[in-house]
Amino acid sequence: METLIFALFAALALVSAIVVVTHKSPIYSTLSLVLALFSTAVLYVLLGAPFLGALQILVYAGALVVLFLFVLMLLNVQKEETAHAGRGPQLWTAIVGAVVFAGMMALVFWRSGSPAVTPLTPESVSLKTLAAELFTRYLLPFEIVGLLLLVAVIGATVAARKPDALGRIEEHEYVSGDEPRTDPLKSGPDPHRPSVAEPAYKEAS
Amino acid sequence: MSVPISWYLLLAAALFAIGTIGALTRRNGISIFLSIELMLNAANLTLVAYARQMDQRTGQLIVFFVMAVAAAEAAVGLALFIAVFRQRHTIDVNRMNLMRW
Amino acid sequence: MNPDFVAPIVKYAVMFAVFINVAPIMNWVERRACAYIQDRPGPNRVGPLGLFQPVADALKFMFKEDVTPSAADKPLYLMAPALALFPAFTTFVLIPFGPTIQVDGRTVPLVVADVDTGVLLFLALSSLSVYSLVMAGYASNNKFSLLGSIRASAQLISYELALTIAVLAVILPVGSFNLLDVVAYQQTHLWNFIPQFIGFLVFLIASFAETNRLPFDLPEAETELIAGFHTEYGSMRFALFFQAEYTNMAALSALGVTLYFGGWSLPGIEYPHNWLGAALGLATLIAKIALCMATYVWIRWTFPRFRYDQLMRLGWKVLLPLAIFNLVLVAAMTLAGWL
Repeated sequence: METLIFALFAALALVSAIVVVTHKSPIYSTLSLVLALFSTAVLYVLLGAPFLGALQILVYAGALVVLFLFVLMLLNVQKEETAHAGRGPQLWTAIVGAVVFAGMMALVFWRSGSPAVTPLTPESVSLKTLAAELFTRYLLPFEIVGLLLLVAVIGATVAARKPDALGRIEEHEYVSGDEPRTDPLKSGPDPHRPSVAEPAYKEAS
Repeated sequence: MSVPISWYLLLAAALFAIGTIGALTRRNGISIFLSIELMLNAANLTLVAYARQMDQRTGQLIVFFVMAVAAAEAAVGLALFIAVFRQRHTIDVNRMNLMRW
Repeated sequence: MNPDFVAPIVKYAVMFAVFINVAPIMNWVERRACAYIQDRPGPNRVGPLGLFQPVADALKFMFKEDVTPSAADKPLYLMAPALALFPAFTTFVLIPFGPTIQVDGRTVPLVVADVDTGVLLFLALSSLSVYSLVMAGYASNNKFSLLGSIRASAQLISYELALTIAVLAVILPVGSFNLLDVVAYQQTHLWNFIPQFIGFLVFLIASFAETNRLPFDLPEAETELIAGFHTEYGSMRFALFFQAEYTNMAALSALGVTLYFGGWSLPGIEYPHNWLGAALGLATLIAKIALCMATYVWIRWTFPRFRYDQLMRLGWKVLLPLAIFNLVLVAAMTLAGWL
């Protein structure tokens, strides 16, 4: 039974990982990542870490990937013409490197075999023992990670702010699908800009 | 019959390899990010598998921290993407070549 | 048949039978209640008091033509309504619906999934409900749907935080994430909504936002976004979204009732540990969920809708600090031994 569940979710994880890496549309990649994370969460439960499985779905699949999707839809990222950088040396080097790595790992695990594992007891997967260890032995990393998350939140808020008028180019906030405001006849006078006759930014290409 | 732990480790190595291919070859910045998340996930799986094999909870706690750090990194990275997009109007990493010779 | 397999299947069948009837009943209740609040008759033609209106609606949904926009992203478009049902029908496996009963000499706890991380799993599965909204909005190839789903994703992840911290405050004095332990705790102490009233308020408001109900229903606002993320969905697909929304409401009400109002138990009454006790427990739970759903309907037709910036401000600047304050307060009370 355990083998069946492992086989099913391992196959699902591999297939969805391949879709993440090869699909042209970033939305499909993201949704496929959700599937991969979900399968990995099931594998965590099989490995005797149900708390981590629930946490993975709650944090990774439930919040982080939603953030990815939000940014994708905000920036209106389109399908790429080809998913990869072309059939050049870059692609083949990456594939060869990855295959060599996987091959090495396979060799290591084949040679070393795997010792017998102690069967799981309700006490070994209990949340209480995990929490006791987290809050006694690993209290300092816990607090530091909390601080790190605070710093990340502040940093993300600052980094994604609209550019202000402090000596930077006063920029028309580009929302996907907008025409650059160059024609004063098409759009009315903007109270925030001195003149709409000239675009505030130069097209990059 | 119980599943040998080496199978979990093999799966994690395969996921890591697939993630590496994605991170090195995709053109879209967000797709590179997704591949990096896949690699982090594979590392987490390795940690949990070893925690199971050695019957210690240290591996699970490290995964806890890795998840938090990955969340922080993704948030900051996406904010940076939005900021870059405002300037360059693209997130194609080949076009972000301001510092190339 | 292995009795280890039979018990969860029977329990799931019982819960499924309860939760699948939520949508038709709520359809009728909503329309009659809103009519009553708005001083008009409401549906009263189809059957006595309009009681067969849900049947008429179901027939309409089945026979109406299914229109698919030609430029829609077909796989995502077709998958979204089906995916909407996934969190709705997997979260209620964690709700206990009766005392542990003795059957054939075995003790069977009356919850489909007796896991140590019950509450966490519930929150995790219900947080997956955002994906169907996002997929529906994106795949419809419609500006208004996309706007609706962007708003929905931001709203859902914002209010999830306040919800989780309010739930955490309930778990603190109980000492276990298992919902069976939460109910057992409330059988010997006061129901949780009395000492943790602030947390209950936060949970209530956040659960409105989590289920996209007025006053937080910007993702599907009728007057602003046509129908938001489910604009392009007709007939049976819309019925699936509709069903998913009401079942989500019921599941979240079930969680709220279990965490704050004692779940299937009444204070001071010991239910017998047999089939009768199970039926009484289930009936008590259903009664409490019904009261909660009536509150949902009542509030929906009383308050105006929040604007998007007001909504985000409420979620981050009001509810989150309140939830954290509640958590600290409950922690202090638990340490002092009052809880």
